[in-house]
Amino acid sequence: MATNNSIRTETFPSGIASVGLDTVERQIPADEPPPLAPNGELSVIGKSFPRPNGRAKVTGAVRFTVDIKLPGMLHTRVLRSPWPHAVVRTIDTLAAANHPGVRAILTIADPAKPQTATLHYIGEPIAAVAADSIAAAEEALHLIRVEYQALPFVADIDKARDPAAPLVHDDTTAPAGHPSGFPAAAGLPLNGNVRGPAISRRGNVSRGFAEADAIVEAEYSTHVQTHCCLEPHAIVADWRPDGLTVYMSTQFTAGVRDEIAAAFGLPLNRVRVIVDAMGGGFGSKSQLGNYGRFAIELSRQAKAPVQLFLEREEEQMDAGNRPGTWQRLRIGAKHDGSLTAISLVSYGTAGVGLGAGVGNNAEALYSCPNFEGAQHDVFINAGPGCAMRGPGNTPGAFGLEQTIDELAEKLGTDPLRLRDRIDPCPVRREERRIGAERIGWHRRHAPGANSGPVKRGLGMAQSLWGANVQTNAACEVRIMRDGSVEVLSSVQDIGTGIATVLAQTVAEVLGLRPDEITVRIGDTEFPPGGPSYGSRTTASTTPPARTAAWRVQQQLLREAALMLNASVNELIAVEGKILVGSDRSRFLTFRDAAARLRTDRIAAVASRSDDYGGFRRRAGEDAALAQQDLGGVQFAEISVDTEIGIIRVERVVAVQDCGRPMNPRQIESQVQGGVLMGISYALLEERIIDQATGRMVNPNLEQYKLVGPRETPEIDVIVLENYQGRSATDAYGIAEPANIATAPAVANAVYNALGVRLRSLPMTPAAVLAAVGKVPQRS
Amino acid sequence: MNRFALAGAKTIAEAATAASATVATAMTTPPERMGYADLSVVKAGGIDLLDLLKEGLLAPSKLVNLRDVPGLDAVAEEADGLRVGPMVTLASLAAHPLLQERYPALVDAVAGSASPQIRNVATLGGNLLQRPRCWYFRSHAFHCLRKGGGHCFAIQGENQYHAIFNNMPCAIVHPSTTATALVALGATVELKNAAGVTRRLMLEDFFVPLERDLQRENDLAPQEILTAIRLPNLPPGARMAHIKQGEKDSFDWPLADVAVLLDLDPGGNCTRASVFLGAAAPVPHRARAAEAVLTGRRIDEGVAVQAARAALQGATPLSKNGYKLLLFETLVHRAVLKAIV
Repeated sequence: MATNNSIRTETFPSGIASVGLDTVERQIPADEPPPLAPNGELSVIGKSFPRPNGRAKVTGAVRFTVDIKLPGMLHTRVLRSPWPHAVVRTIDTLAAANHPGVRAILTIADPAKPQTATLHYIGEPIAAVAADSIAAAEEALHLIRVEYQALPFVADIDKARDPAAPLVHDDTTAPAGHPSGFPAAAGLPLNGNVRGPAISRRGNVSRGFAEADAIVEAEYSTHVQTHCCLEPHAIVADWRPDGLTVYMSTQFTAGVRDEIAAAFGLPLNRVRVIVDAMGGGFGSKSQLGNYGRFAIELSRQAKAPVQLFLEREEEQMDAGNRPGTWQRLRIGAKHDGSLTAISLVSYGTAGVGLGAGVGNNAEALYSCPNFEGAQHDVFINAGPGCAMRGPGNTPGAFGLEQTIDELAEKLGTDPLRLRDRIDPCPVRREERRIGAERIGWHRRHAPGANSGPVKRGLGMAQSLWGANVQTNAACEVRIMRDGSVEVLSSVQDIGTGIATVLAQTVAEVLGLRPDEITVRIGDTEFPPGGPSYGSRTTASTTPPARTAAWRVQQQLLREAALMLNASVNELIAVEGKILVGSDRSRFLTFRDAAARLRTDRIAAVASRSDDYGGFRRRAGEDAALAQQDLGGVQFAEISVDTEIGIIRVERVVAVQDCGRPMNPRQIESQVQGGVLMGISYALLEERIIDQATGRMVNPNLEQYKLVGPRETPEIDVIVLENYQGRSATDAYGIAEPANIATAPAVANAVYNALGVRLRSLPMTPAAVLAAVGKVPQRS
Repeated sequence: MNRFALAGAKTIAEAATAASATVATAMTTPPERMGYADLSVVKAGGIDLLDLLKEGLLAPSKLVNLRDVPGLDAVAEEADGLRVGPMVTLASLAAHPLLQERYPALVDAVAGSASPQIRNVATLGGNLLQRPRCWYFRSHAFHCLRKGGGHCFAIQGENQYHAIFNNMPCAIVHPSTTATALVALGATVELKNAAGVTRRLMLEDFFVPLERDLQRENDLAPQEILTAIRLPNLPPGARMAHIKQGEKDSFDWPLADVAVLLDLDPGGNCTRASVFLGAAAPVPHRARAAEAVLTGRRIDEGVAVQAARAALQGATPLSKNGYKLLLFETLVHRAVLKAIV
């Protein structure tokens, strides 16, 4: 260990454990803890500790936002647009205001403010009522009189691209940029309903295609998927003269606090955001949202706490969705498989919003000197999309990974061998090797080789996702004089188990058990945690937790060193003791050491330092992208009954990486969730809009179909230990990569079964029967 | 959902007297009568009723709860078959030893419907009387033909789950898979009205086709209670199968379901066949041409194929449900073969 004042050099474990570990030297800040050994040498980190609130969750004892009941709390209902495109001519809320129990009414679409009076989709909010009861609020909605002037609308992406189509937006109302690329590209042109293209280019694709020995080209389309959080969007806003407290089901307490402060002109120290248990977010609970603003404004006006939660129909129409996409891919290659050119054109729709690109798979997953991408957003009169688990890359992978398989077939090579040739990532190479062995890839037969009506297939696909880090993230660790320990951060547990991982991280440092650490999170009174989106919670929060634990431990060790007549450097903390390393008979219990503290408690706060060796690039002021992307390779084994069109996913092998795995069981659980969401995306889910009226006909969880227990295949999860020596924990994320590869892996397996490619999602019985040529034409 | 009173009836007569409307008549009652004291409907398990109330499609002033009427939740053996009370839950029906022994295909249909939680609450009577699942019908935003409007939105719209037979001018499918199996069995229903008059009719005739009425699926009258479902004893050579196919197996409605009952003589020839398609038409659809193919024949693969083809005679698929033809053809074929195994 070499040090100067602020920097020291340390040697970290490096590489993939299953391949063999090496070491790497990194210069790190002098006030960061020493390198963490590989998981095999640790006692707490890397082990599958159960989540502390698991029992409370399955018994219904945990408190979700809808369970918050404050004295005098009012209930809210929102009047929503019945028209896909209309102007509110007049709105009369007098009768509603006089209805018994009504305490405040907010006019949202207000003819007095013309820029708010145009409604662009069915379900867009018009007015909100807060009342003593839900029933009173709902009755009041029926008393609001609105005169509409209906406008022409378009609710279909293909029709919306027609220059003669009704315009969803004009220059003044259309959102700018193209947020599917982060950060959003600015200044993209708007032509009719089409924003873009966002162009990305390297090399010369014309030359690349001219050099190609083989070219494949195909079009793919993906449908709109909704988030379907089992816990609806919910908020309780409690506006008081001395400040605002908000209880909210949110993926980002600290971010919502910032949004509220800016929107309502409050100082940050007068806004507190709290979340306890959450039932999913998947990207849709990343921001304050229109409903959050309504509840706060109603609370301010009514001078009472206000609860607002969305009903399922509102969830489906106005809580975000994964945009639908259309993409055309063209890929050229030499006989040996090396790629010469990739071109991508995409049109996607996020309804009235932006963000409908197909991500960066085509641009960045494979080595190819020549690339050209042109991505477009198309506005339609439907609810706005928002980020959803692997935004962009999930629909993008559906197209790219099928095209790569098609190329492999054209070149007469195995899809895995082609990827070994063109994928430069050593992590995915190992994932392919492990996955192929686990699924029994050697059993894969020629496409459509089974003779009976039930055909079987094997397929695989890969994912690409950036390893995001929130640098605006911190943790505090406190040791009390009685030996109790707590770790604090405003980070929220959206269901993935960050509380467990924080307890493990701190316990490993202090030589305690995870259940001896109290974790306090989900409250902006604590040091700012990062957002739980972009697969960054663990990567952003565990390094400062370990650093804070290490720093507060140094204070404790100074006391212990005096007691043990040793130097701090000689001491180690294991099994609830502080030992002298050279003479283990000399020790103090952790509790005894704490009892000697001068004050009731000691504490240290640490923030997320930059990745050791630096980031690849910054992403705004608060976040960055790590040097190494996250991989992930999934294999699917399926059967198709060609007489009824039913695809059954029988087995999925998911081989994933997330840097250092902190808690294997929780990672497995997230991967299983990602796979199931991917199967559901591939086979079942779809927002269906009646084109005559612009209304979603399945805004429920009945005819909007989700996988259930009987559609759940055997899911085999393998997680690599991939050490890079980049932070105090070297941990990265898993949530999104677990979802991206599933649908294309299933689609490639379906091709292997049928010998016919399904290029459109979802792969319903109607689509399968049509693909195998068995749907009779309508007479 | 509107405010309503919940009244418990103690006798069938009391319930019938109190039930001023069927769910179907209540849904097409002019708005000016909505909410009046006389608009009362019967509640059995409440599964479908609650859906309709929450969607705002039905606004009765009172629900008449059948739960405490004695004797409606029993399965009783009678000389000519089983008498099943309308309040028997789907879960207890599927678990009943007599049903499992004598009508395993019916048990398949019952056990394959909805979800375990719903089957624990949903009743057989409620299942047979439930309203269709057509998404236009179920949405407050579409005033469709079946709700007293002037237009079927499905015929030119999103009709992938809709009828392939008798689908003009309304394309709903009957929602009950249990009904498909029951009509194939030759089940009858017993109805009692407030005046104490009892009607008995074949379940098949209890369902109301479009040509009789567009706004109801069955012949239940206001002030009338479904009091029993009778299952006839089957002859020794009877063979039956029911197959349901949904887009998924967990908690989904069928894309198609098929019930087949074959009476085989000792020589293995089919003396009587009954073939019904569910999720195919506004009422359980009798495939007479398929029955004709099967009757008098020795059942084998070839006959099953012919019957399956015949079952689709007269189908008039819509723009997005042509795939159901092949689905039904396959299910009839498979159900015939499954029955004789």
